[in-house]
Amino acid sequence: MSITEFRPSGGGPAPAGGTDLAVRVRGLVKTFGEHRAVDGIDLDVRSGEIFGVLGPNGAGKTTTLRMLATLLKIDEGRAEIFGVDVAGNPHVIRQLVGVTGQYASVDENLTARENLWLFSRLQGVAGPRARSISTELLGQFGLEDAADKPISQFSGGMRRRLDLAASLITRPPLIFLDEPTTGLDPRTRGQMWDTIRGLVADGCTVLLTTQYLDEADQLADRVAVIDHGRKVAEGTPDELKTAVGDSTLQLLLADPSEVPTAVEVVRRVLGSEPVLSPEKGRLNVPLDQADLAADVLIALRSAGVSITSVSVDKPSLDEVFLALTGHETDGDDENRTKENR
Amino acid sequence: MSTVIAPSREVVRAAERVASARTRVSVRETLGQTLMMAWRALKKMRRNPEQFFDVALQPLLFTAMFAFIFGGAIAGDVASYLPLMIPGIVAQTVLTTCMATGTQLREDMEKGVFDRFKSLPIARIAPLAGPMVADLLRYTIAATLTFAMGLVMGYRPDGGPAGVLAAILLAVVTGWSLAWAFTWVGTIARSAQAVQGISMMILFPLTFLSNAFVPVETLPGWLAAFVRVNPVSHLVTATRDLANHAVVSGEVGWTLLACAVVIAIFAPLSVRSYKRHM
Repeated sequence: MSITEFRPSGGGPAPAGGTDLAVRVRGLVKTFGEHRAVDGIDLDVRSGEIFGVLGPNGAGKTTTLRMLATLLKIDEGRAEIFGVDVAGNPHVIRQLVGVTGQYASVDENLTARENLWLFSRLQGVAGPRARSISTELLGQFGLEDAADKPISQFSGGMRRRLDLAASLITRPPLIFLDEPTTGLDPRTRGQMWDTIRGLVADGCTVLLTTQYLDEADQLADRVAVIDHGRKVAEGTPDELKTAVGDSTLQLLLADPSEVPTAVEVVRRVLGSEPVLSPEKGRLNVPLDQADLAADVLIALRSAGVSITSVSVDKPSLDEVFLALTGHETDGDDENRTKENR
Repeated sequence: MSTVIAPSREVVRAAERVASARTRVSVRETLGQTLMMAWRALKKMRRNPEQFFDVALQPLLFTAMFAFIFGGAIAGDVASYLPLMIPGIVAQTVLTTCMATGTQLREDMEKGVFDRFKSLPIARIAPLAGPMVADLLRYTIAATLTFAMGLVMGYRPDGGPAGVLAAILLAVVTGWSLAWAFTWVGTIARSAQAVQGISMMILFPLTFLSNAFVPVETLPGWLAAFVRVNPVSHLVTATRDLANHAVVSGEVGWTLLACAVVIAIFAPLSVRSYKRHM
């Protein structure tokens, strides 16, 4: 069950040419005091793809992105964007990359239109053109009606859209999106996904971070899973899901002491290993097809194992992590604060 | 809402972008970007008028207060104290306004929009210098109001309108230059409150251990020695010479020299520490 091209940090043959790579990262390290937030990450993002960096809070996703966007100093390792060294040519990198952060980086004191105008002018767009670009982007992102309202009256989704619009003013060939849909309602989320797909159709490359397996599945051509500052796996979303099964049968046993019996039954029926959850009496069974759930349940019934609750679900990020790393996601708020500092 | 970008648009070609990317920001671009940042700061001031409280209230309050408290003791009466004191208040007010520049920059830097400024291909100095250019307005208001308050209280500067204008101009230039020092404090301090605290510690000795409110001759020797070298004293004397006598004295030169030194030291330091913040 190897979805991963495990690459030791710093190693791995360099791809020939390298110009077809939008991002090439080797052995990237960022240390905050004692804490190694990013601990030797390698990434290859091909031109024209959507690349997802998947991981829990505090895994080092944002820190990685901020280093690539020249917002944080790279402590060790090397990063190239379209063949340009990030540490050596920050000014060039800033012309090639559009960054949309986790928290909207727009000016609260200005209206949406003024924001876009300011960012256009700052990047050398002439006055009349800045005005027309702003209007155009406001239209594309459905913000015409709110164009002249202060940002303080904007909803979370509207801010995100404005933020993304601001990143697209000069149509940069590479776009970084840091958790673009965290905190958005499902409808807005779907719209954001469409927008991101549109960017790639336009010739852009997108590097995004997410905590959601389904988001990576929906959007990304390839995914790297990051945990504790290290890459634990890389592959297509399908490969990733194969590792954890297409769906998961979640069982809560009436009597926790019957767990060993249940494990035995699952092994016999499916020939695979269930994942024990820290919660007493709960186990998750990866399934290749959802239909197999019935077989497991019938077998448990005939073995006399009583069940309190049962559900079949898509595998969650937790399960991906359990399968890949053998432990649960444990990104805590403390790490997160450090990362955002 | 249709957020999908029309496919009819020209496709983005990375290689062309890399080839056409500029490697550095020109001086002209830097100036343009600074003016854009100043525009932003002015918009912000207009939408948060409470920012003008300090520059509006302090001149009015301090002028009246100091004149009536110290006037009799130092100069015999209020009217003869005004020519001595008004230039002192001008210097003090402008310095306090500088301090606000640093504090507000620090507050601003903690907001998300500064992340975007950092991610844009713009001169690193522009986000720092822009608000300072906008603050020229605040220095002008502060200095003008102080003189206006003096006039209301019976101050009749012998330097005439030209002298007073020159004095205001000098105060504004000094304020702008010294603001670089507070901007640097703004980029190194941990929080806006810290900026305020540190700035106060710099500001109080500088303004009160000067000739702003009392004649130097009345001070003990060791203090007089410090007061004579304090740049604020030079500013105050220069302002007095301009406003009261319409004389461009050597003190003006010393003040401008001190300003140049402050900019030469603190502008590069500010940019460096702003960059390191990333």
